[in-house]
Amino acid sequence: MTNSALALTTSGAGTLRKHPLVECYAPIVTIVLALIAIWYVAAVLMNLSLVRDGFEREETPYTISDLVAGTMSAERPLLPAPHQVIGAFVDSVFGYAPTAPRSLVYHSAVTLSATLLGFVLGALLGIGLALMIVHSRVLEKSLLPWIICSQMVPILALAPIFIVVLGAIGLQGLLPKSIISAYLCFFPITIGMVKGFTAPDPMQLDLMRTWSATPRQVLSKLRWPSAVPYLFASLKVAVTISLIGAIVAELPTGAEAGIGARLLAGSYSGQTVQIWAALLAAAILASGLIGLVDLTERVVARQMGTWS
Amino acid sequence: MGLRIPKALKQDNPGVTLRRDVRESFVASTGPTGMNNPADARAESTASAQRLAVDVCNVSLTFETADGKVDALSNVSLQIADGEFVSFIGPSGCGKTTMLRVIADLQQPTAGTVLVNGMSAEQARLDRGYGYVFQAPALFPWRTIEKNLKLPLEIMGFSDNEQKKRAARYLALVNLTGFERKFPWQLSGGMQQRVSIARALSFDPAMLLMDEPFGALDEIVRDHLNEQLLQLWDKTGKTVLFVTHSIPEAVFLSTKIVVMSPRPGRIIDIINCNFPRHRTLEIRETPEFQKIAQRVRVGLRAGHSYDE
Repeated sequence: MTNSALALTTSGAGTLRKHPLVECYAPIVTIVLALIAIWYVAAVLMNLSLVRDGFEREETPYTISDLVAGTMSAERPLLPAPHQVIGAFVDSVFGYAPTAPRSLVYHSAVTLSATLLGFVLGALLGIGLALMIVHSRVLEKSLLPWIICSQMVPILALAPIFIVVLGAIGLQGLLPKSIISAYLCFFPITIGMVKGFTAPDPMQLDLMRTWSATPRQVLSKLRWPSAVPYLFASLKVAVTISLIGAIVAELPTGAEAGIGARLLAGSYSGQTVQIWAALLAAAILASGLIGLVDLTERVVARQMGTWS
Repeated sequence: MGLRIPKALKQDNPGVTLRRDVRESFVASTGPTGMNNPADARAESTASAQRLAVDVCNVSLTFETADGKVDALSNVSLQIADGEFVSFIGPSGCGKTTMLRVIADLQQPTAGTVLVNGMSAEQARLDRGYGYVFQAPALFPWRTIEKNLKLPLEIMGFSDNEQKKRAARYLALVNLTGFERKFPWQLSGGMQQRVSIARALSFDPAMLLMDEPFGALDEIVRDHLNEQLLQLWDKTGKTVLFVTHSIPEAVFLSTKIVVMSPRPGRIIDIINCNFPRHRTLEIRETPEFQKIAQRVRVGLRAGHSYDE
């Protein structure tokens, strides 16, 4: 199946090969097909002993093709085959009402809301810290070590503490998850924006001085626009990190909803297919979020003279 | 600023003509005395302190660097009358740029006093008494040409209407009408530098400080811009302080040439240069021109041999 698909993209008719769509997507499609092929091979190899043990336990005669077919459709495989994952994904996305607890749409929405809130909080915190660091040497010296330390503590260790402490003061549900997510994602934004706010060239800063610009004017008319490329670069990193933060925050709390909860439930019951389907949902969410940041960047860059 | 802007607002040229008259009478009275007799010049300056655009008195500036102290300026004194075109020439490291930066209050002298338009350098900067043109155009890449021109006006709080009028007027002055909506990267280096000159003029400062503005341009563009600058000076009657490496450029443009020498940075000669106001590039072939150029060359060489 893979071979015939490959042949179609690479050795099709000459006109087809020159088609812009083909030229644009052929490399990506090739890579994806290659990965899927590797995945199938790995699935066969990894699940082989499991399936063979099954046959031997039931003492039924089996052939090689029975074995291979078994690896493709095992109920709790070590590595589910791609079509199993996609089947489970499609089933849990479209098979239930979006609000049903078995629907991946529902779980994704729960995680997405925590991610977005965490991302916004993290971005505000990150930019605020960067502004403070850029404007005061004292703050730079006192804040920066703490900011760096904050990222050296594993979030898996911190998350339960956060949840317990925040729960003790009455915060539950969305907000604690968002705070953990913000805690993770502010860091690249701070680092990027410190770089961005100090990006203007000395001549431009001197010019502002010759015009007796106030610090606020220097910020709004020079430092902010100079920082825009850095802002989007760090936002792209931050948005994926905030998704990871939201998922990680769901793990130690025994959350009942969210992609993290799906992962946890799947691992408790050995439902590898369910875990992989949840991972697929997380990957799709992450690329969607990055795509959104990318789109915003393009719109902004166009307004700033295609400068980026 | 409070004084200057209303004058500029109602100006359709009377302010400029008036200033030019003042200059001519003043230059006529000091011209012959020149700076060759410091005692006379000092007396002159105290008598008519109001008319001095720049009065630098015993200024020294020492930089602390990793390799020890560097005397960028050593006991420098200089008076510049309103409306003059003064060139600073000398080898690299002779302090000509530092001199300009001290006058612009971009750098503070370690000793001595600087008066600009009769006030301290800082006061003159806050008063927006000068426009500064750097070696590179230093345009803001995310702003269109028109918006670049409007930037100092925005900062200084001109009305929208006035900003628009001035942007159009000064773009016309540097022959760039029609480029309003272009972004800086769409213009050649020479055009960009013309925009930066228009930007420096846009808020109608009494003085123009130019730090090797044409240094990065090729000879032909440079000649052309020299002629344009001369016309501009003639039209607007501003005091111009002009740093350059080029002897012909200095002699062609100036009413006064200040020859400087490095280590420590000091003035070794001040040459008056009284070519007619309307001059063309052809005067470079005249014996008078050659004579002054020769004197500048001798001065520069003397400064160098002092070093060895």
